[in-house]
Amino acid sequence: MSNWALIIYCGLITYLTRFSMIALIKKEMFNDRIREVLSYVPSAIFPAIIFPAIFLDNSGSILIEDNSKIMAALIAALIGIFSRSIIATIFSGLASYWFLIFVV
Amino acid sequence: MKSNLKVFLKGILDVSPLMIPVVPFGLIFGVLAIDVGFSPLETMGMSLIVFGGASQIVLLQLFSGGASSLVIISSVGAVNSRHLLYGAVVSEHLSDLKLIWKIIISYFLIDQAYAISNEYLKKNKDHNRYFHLVGAGATCWVIWQSTTFLGIILGAAIPEKLGLSFAVPLTFLALLVNDFRKFINVIVIIVSGLVATFGYNYIPFKAYAIVAGLTGLIAAMILTKMIKTNE
Repeated sequence: MSNWALIIYCGLITYLTRFSMIALIKKEMFNDRIREVLSYVPSAIFPAIIFPAIFLDNSGSILIEDNSKIMAALIAALIGIFSRSIIATIFSGLASYWFLIFVV
Repeated sequence: MKSNLKVFLKGILDVSPLMIPVVPFGLIFGVLAIDVGFSPLETMGMSLIVFGGASQIVLLQLFSGGASSLVIISSVGAVNSRHLLYGAVVSEHLSDLKLIWKIIISYFLIDQAYAISNEYLKKNKDHNRYFHLVGAGATCWVIWQSTTFLGIILGAAIPEKLGLSFAVPLTFLALLVNDFRKFINVIVIIVSGLVATFGYNYIPFKAYAIVAGLTGLIAAMILTKMIKTNE
């Protein structure tokens, strides 16, 4: 599949997730139980990107020792929990990562 | 009743604080897209056609890992399935609108616009209240397109040694900060993260994001049910 076809299909499926509930489906079809479960979608899917990017090396094997990303991500998570700020989380993580790889 | 323009401007004003974190997110996306081998035009096209930050970064991540197109498209769909919820919630405010407006508004139904406009729609009963959502969505659109563009330009100037790809897990981590305080969410996060990490090499077709996401959702279903029966 060409890159453009891939982009267009991804766009289509994304648009459908937004449009379908607004235009096609009646609200009653969406009970509280389904709503409740859908509210967990970010917590269920974002870790699938977060964890491998932190714990796996370039070849895909698990790397625990001598891995600055783990410490930096922990610092970012702690800052995030206390500040509740998206910006503070990202920048504290990047700053600690750079400190660990360039300074320490 | 306020004029359409006033409601539109109110949408812009209300969503503005939420735009601050979108700036680094858009820059990172632009830089990474070039890095994993998309052309500047394709990168811009992605932001215009998909217009969904988290899913676009998932797309890049899986693309660079060599996942098949089918897996990439379904993962993007899975990441964006949360929009089903947004659509269902705002649909009651949009039911009187002409189809053309529903088509336009759907394009702008993104996280930040939903979060801010849903509050306004709940409190306001004017017929033109949906202009708030259009204003908020259009603001996000301008920020997302311009930061993608800047990222494409900056990409060439940023040295690889900085390890900017680490900004991807950090960005997603940042999107979950409010969930770290909730018990069920923390369990769901750990379950999904472990399945993805240990399944990365074993789950076929690089479908680890979908498998981990579904496992996490099943965990959420079981846990919410358990807590309800205990009450």
